[in-house]
Amino acid sequence: MIEFLNSIQNSLIYKNFFLVLSGLDNTILLLLISLPLGFVLALLFALGRVSKITLLSRTIASYIFVIRGTPLLVQIYLIYFGLGSVKLIRESFLWYALKEPFWCGVIALTINTVAYGAEIFRGGIQSIEKSQVESGLSLGFGKFLLLRKIILPIAIRKVLPSYGNELILMVKATSLVSLTTYMEMTGIARKIMAKTFAPVEAFIAAGILYLFLNFLMVQFVKYLEWKYNPHLRLNN
Amino acid sequence: MFKFDKLVFGDAGWGDEFLIATLMTLLVSILSMGLGLFLAIITVWAKIIQNRITRFIANFYTTVIRGVPELLVIYLIFFGGNAVVMSIAKVFGYNKYIELNALTIATIAIAVISATYSSEVLRASYLAISKGQIEAARALGMNKFSIFFKVISPQVIRHALPGIGNVWQITLKDTSLISVTGLVEIMRQSRISSNVEHSPLTFLITAAILYLCLTTISGRVFKTLEVNYSKGFST
Repeated sequence: MIEFLNSIQNSLIYKNFFLVLSGLDNTILLLLISLPLGFVLALLFALGRVSKITLLSRTIASYIFVIRGTPLLVQIYLIYFGLGSVKLIRESFLWYALKEPFWCGVIALTINTVAYGAEIFRGGIQSIEKSQVESGLSLGFGKFLLLRKIILPIAIRKVLPSYGNELILMVKATSLVSLTTYMEMTGIARKIMAKTFAPVEAFIAAGILYLFLNFLMVQFVKYLEWKYNPHLRLNN
Repeated sequence: MFKFDKLVFGDAGWGDEFLIATLMTLLVSILSMGLGLFLAIITVWAKIIQNRITRFIANFYTTVIRGVPELLVIYLIFFGGNAVVMSIAKVFGYNKYIELNALTIATIAIAVISATYSSEVLRASYLAISKGQIEAARALGMNKFSIFFKVISPQVIRHALPGIGNVWQITLKDTSLISVTGLVEIMRQSRISSNVEHSPLTFLITAAILYLCLTTISGRVFKTLEVNYSKGFST
């Protein structure tokens, strides 16, 4: 038994697991900033998209079109390599953020998730029944109160499943930030692979951690759905 | 800052290189979409026949691949694929070194990823076919083969087309990750060109525009196909 435990402790996969685990906080840090920021901005963008101001709506529509039509990798490279090559930016205050791969990753991930999230929320806002808005209006709600009390709560809880999907895609998307030399889990797994020439062991360790992270995310979304959709609970 | 004059065709610019790279992206996308659909059909089949083992394997495959970043899957197949192929070849008594070329690895890696998405789409559209139709076909004395080709697949294609269109867009964008394996597609070409010309902004914007064109055009194609396949049905 002890021999067996020792053999596990000496195995490459066990050692790699803890090495990759040390990159977990970097992955989570990326998510902790870009997800809340993306959520708020996506809501604002969705409201702008459905607004009656044509110019605003058109601008946001074309922003969404461009971001959804190009791979995330292009966006990350454009911000990390592209913006860094402009002299004007290198000399401005923006350079304090853009010289760090971490902040480039955060900016790219946020830009990406805002486009997808705005489209999801737009669907939610447009699917609200007119009668609910009208009853709010007849109660004398102002525009802001209507938004805060009726439109947003109903829209958000309606799109929770699809927004949950987007959140999981974001967890997976953080792995691309490793290509800008930021050392999160995929980056560390890649480094281990280069050192030990044992690709399977290194990447399986990372894969298990990503699966775990996504599992937590699914549970979190399930809890939110349960909490905010009480009328859909099976047994209450 | 911008060197868009470097995008001319011929020796002076990168135009022809980008054209070839775009074709390579399209080739990888089409090949892996095809292979992915084939894998997806097998996965769906494993899920719907009443067999616990095949269903477990299929569920395990789709859950794991969809829960792990695409980049990780590509790394795993790129760095681990050769070893797997060589160990399989050893079983058949072939002991020499085998190296898969980049295109093969790229196609397999993207196909493995896109098959998980396609399988969900296909399974949903298979379940949308009413059981009565299959029973009716059986009552007419059709064998399994002709039930599949004459009753099931035409309807699955119609139901699945919008979903398959989405998977195609995802697959097309996933091919950009293949650049890490050294296959020269749009992404890789833009990195090479920007390293030579010291102007990343130019070539990355070119790459973005090319991807945008590809996704827009293929979106149109899928819309036309959808209209074609839902003739006689009000959508």
